[in-house]
Amino acid sequence: MGQQFRTSSSGQIDRGRILSFTFDGKPYQGYEGDTLASALLANGVRLVGRSFKYHRPRGIQTAGSEEPNAIVELRTGPRKEPNTRATTIELFDGLVANSQNRWPSLSFDIMSINNLFSPLLSAGFYYKTFMWPPSFWTNVYEHVIRRAAGLGKASTEPDPDFYEQCHEHCDVLVVGAGPAGLSAALAAARAEARVILVDEHPRLGGSLNDENYSINGKAGSEWVDEIHAQLEEMDNVRVFTRTTLFGYYDHNVVAAIEKVSDHMPVPHQGHPRQRMWTFYPGRVVIATGATERPLVFGNNDMPGVMLASAARAYVNRYGVKPGRRAVIATNNNDAYRTAIDLHHAGINITAVVDSRIQPDAALVEELESLSIRLLTGSTVGSAEGHQQVSYVQIVTTQGDTLDPERIDCDLVACSGGWNPNVHLHSQSGAKPVYDDSILSFVPGKSRQSEVSVGAANGSFSLQDCLAQGVSAGTQAARQTGFKSRKMAVARADNEGDYAIEALWISPTPYNKNYKQFVDQQNDVKASDVVLASQEGFDSVELLKRYTTQGMATDQGKTSNVNALALLACQRGEPLPEVGITTFRPPYVPVAMGVFAGHTVGYDFMPVRRTAIHDWNTKQGAVFIEAGLWLRARYYPQQPGDTMNDCYIRETEATRNNVAIVDVTSLGKIDIQGPDAAEFLNRLYINNWLKLPVGKVRYGAMLREDGMVFDDGTTSRLEENHFFMTTTTANAASVLAHMEQYHQIEWPELDVVFCSVTEQWTGIAVAGPNSRKLLEQVIDIDISNEAFPFMSVGECMMNNIPARLFRISFSGELAYEINVPADYGEQAWLELLEADEELEVSVYGTEALGTMRIEKGHVAGSELDGRTTAQDLGLEGMANRAKHFIGKHNSERPLLVGEGRLQVVGLKSLEPERNLRIGAHLVDPSVKLETVSQSQGHVTATTYSPQLGCGIALGLLRDGASRHGEQIEAVFPLDDETLKVEVCHPVFIDPEGELVRA
Amino acid sequence: MLRIDCPWCGVRNEDEFSYGGDATVERPTDYASQDDWYHYVYTRQNPAGPHREYWHHVNGCRAWLVVERDTVTHEIFSTAPASPNLPDPDGRTR
Repeated sequence: MGQQFRTSSSGQIDRGRILSFTFDGKPYQGYEGDTLASALLANGVRLVGRSFKYHRPRGIQTAGSEEPNAIVELRTGPRKEPNTRATTIELFDGLVANSQNRWPSLSFDIMSINNLFSPLLSAGFYYKTFMWPPSFWTNVYEHVIRRAAGLGKASTEPDPDFYEQCHEHCDVLVVGAGPAGLSAALAAARAEARVILVDEHPRLGGSLNDENYSINGKAGSEWVDEIHAQLEEMDNVRVFTRTTLFGYYDHNVVAAIEKVSDHMPVPHQGHPRQRMWTFYPGRVVIATGATERPLVFGNNDMPGVMLASAARAYVNRYGVKPGRRAVIATNNNDAYRTAIDLHHAGINITAVVDSRIQPDAALVEELESLSIRLLTGSTVGSAEGHQQVSYVQIVTTQGDTLDPERIDCDLVACSGGWNPNVHLHSQSGAKPVYDDSILSFVPGKSRQSEVSVGAANGSFSLQDCLAQGVSAGTQAARQTGFKSRKMAVARADNEGDYAIEALWISPTPYNKNYKQFVDQQNDVKASDVVLASQEGFDSVELLKRYTTQGMATDQGKTSNVNALALLACQRGEPLPEVGITTFRPPYVPVAMGVFAGHTVGYDFMPVRRTAIHDWNTKQGAVFIEAGLWLRARYYPQQPGDTMNDCYIRETEATRNNVAIVDVTSLGKIDIQGPDAAEFLNRLYINNWLKLPVGKVRYGAMLREDGMVFDDGTTSRLEENHFFMTTTTANAASVLAHMEQYHQIEWPELDVVFCSVTEQWTGIAVAGPNSRKLLEQVIDIDISNEAFPFMSVGECMMNNIPARLFRISFSGELAYEINVPADYGEQAWLELLEADEELEVSVYGTEALGTMRIEKGHVAGSELDGRTTAQDLGLEGMANRAKHFIGKHNSERPLLVGEGRLQVVGLKSLEPERNLRIGAHLVDPSVKLETVSQSQGHVTATTYSPQLGCGIALGLLRDGASRHGEQIEAVFPLDDETLKVEVCHPVFIDPEGELVRA
Repeated sequence: MLRIDCPWCGVRNEDEFSYGGDATVERPTDYASQDDWYHYVYTRQNPAGPHREYWHHVNGCRAWLVVERDTVTHEIFSTAPASPNLPDPDGRTR
């Protein structure tokens, strides 16, 4: 039972290894070495999908990655993969595949009614039809169109497999392991160049696997095995099978996808599903072969219509008869080999139909000797049948269409000629040129270090492929610095010449309207090309976008040249005048997962942890991401503690007693040199030259456009030694900024600096009892007289070397202590345990934020890149008598005039209600309808335990002069309005008495 | 993928670098007019062809480089340190 379409012998399949699989739920069997397509054909399954737009029945048209029709959903569950080409899926035991884009079933598809309405669905249909009303664009049309013109459905479950990304360098990269590629790889390898050979198939050989060629008196496959064995023995060669080079990028960098595990039910333990390779070759030899193009005739999309080369491949490589009675239709010599190979495999060739009046005499003779009927000057006008071909109607190329001969068949193997695979050449930036002798495009002038050989170069003779391969491989080795050795070219034993005459479209029987498909995956017909041209979309780029020609997942591999030729006919110009579209990566569809590689989930980005992290974790701290850092946000003390409970408790403990917080993530930059002070003086708006040693200063720096860039404290540790802190968010960009100005603009300054963020653990000690606490552990006098506000000094904290800064972010009496990071946790613990009576506690970033709002310190949400020092209330620090970055542009009239958004404090006037970040600040007499009515916005909010109400910072138009006004904070998304009072941004201790106590 | 030949580190992938803008514009002197400063920040040529640009080897040696690059073909003609104080390790001239 089953596999009734197998040949009796032949093929590269292992008939001893039977594999079971299902298609649309029905069980079938195939052999090891099959593709899903060959196994389906072996079982007589011809109908495998429905077309994109008209839902027409479709079958298997090719035997490779150019397949436009046989697109299926592969596997089930989390590994389900839509839109895979049955022709490239290696069969494995237990494979499950389903047809897609049909409902309720493949043979009865309701949406095939589109086929009857096709006059409405011509080129530009979507643009013309779904225009009005605009409110329907996303709400109605998109849903309907997506449902009707769908491809397969992706799995919504997480991908259980992983992907790898690797890099490899080589001298010569050979793409494609056919006769040309193998010759090139061997020649380059013998010259001792480092060679990488990639091929998308599981087995090397390329077209030699599909054909009956013999080389050096041996079967082609035997020659392939010999060369492969030689390559495997050489240390300087790496061979990648199941690897498709999909992108050719700038600077001769190329990318390939290796399908490590797709030929297995699941990857081996620890193996990736796919691997992305980035290759850095000295020179690339492109031996990617050629792709046959179909003939354009009526119903040429019907199951049973196949490329002539594909029919040959199924017979020769897979031992499958793609039909029982075949008509071969061609405009060139090549398809005669299909007739001969299929005949020998026991398929009844009912006719060879050649559009040419006088085909090659030797071929005519050969057909005669096999008693195969030949019709010249004729072609297939239409294929007929229900869901698959049962006969064709033959018309003459002279236009005699009124008396078409009917020939019964179940297979039409057609050839419209061959297109060299110039995709990679084109991707490399080069422009393919038209070659009239093969009626197609061949590689033009190289722009990068690449050369095309063999069929990819438009040379379709096997002997030429072998010779060009050797020559290109030898030259590539020489060009990358190796002494080349002479290598003999293998001898092709049997082949004929390639000759072709143009036939771009067939006359239709009785001159009736037939659907003659050009792009079968996107359902673009010859008439669509004509219509697009008539409507003025007559350049290749416009045609492509208007008709979607070549824009499906196959990127028009089989259809582009036919479409260009039809456009040329329509314009009445020769084909080269029409031009060619640019090929872009990827050559084949590539899973998104392989681009993500390992950077998913936990590995999405690095995590930075402070020395206190483990302690925080043990305490049950809730963390928040600050850049790459994980910072403790708040510390729940008992089950049910909310964030509000925690930060209010932590804030109160700080304001009433003493508490410590981990501030390690602040950027720290050590700056040294005789010109260090001058350097700072130019970076910051304030003065640094006269800052005494042992003092800290709060500074702000601008960008060159006058906006505030960053702020922080910088300390003078010694005459020529400063220590800068930056915000957590800008730590990296401040360092880059400093390097830019030091290296490019002010190389005369004798100063060096580097980031020491990770070398120090920073702990802020805040609260009225902070001095009392520190006096227990610090070995220097920190009385207010000896160590006043904004002092810095080196000291010992118990046995730990430390730097102590008297600075305050909370507004309380406070210090910041820095210890070498390795002592971070120890210092933290010693502070907590230093004084049992004090009950030292900890606080997180939430309480830190509350206290900074209460104190009116600006931070990231106010430093939004659009605010000036004046807007932020920092202008008083600026010394405009000196020069600093951003000085000139910060003085532009619009930045200093009226109407600026300026930082203000905001108090909720409604008890129990807090402000919301992002709320608009609006005059109470105005109902907010447009953004222009908004006078500013809320940037940071909190509940203030100190004030007992909701407070916020905001940016308000001319806010500095509006303290005391009552306005509204409006949040239109939730239709909320809150009455607020504008006030000075410093809510507590505006004179700063606490910090100086 | 651009491959940039850092004078110190050798040929490296573009993703080790960050683009630093037009290297042909000169920062005005401290005493230049506000107009000059405005144009320095906001006016840029966008040539199609050879161009000089700053690149920062931010995930490498952290040198700022002047790279001569064709903005159409991406061909890179030269790479040199932006700072005259950083000696070119190969003795190449700027």
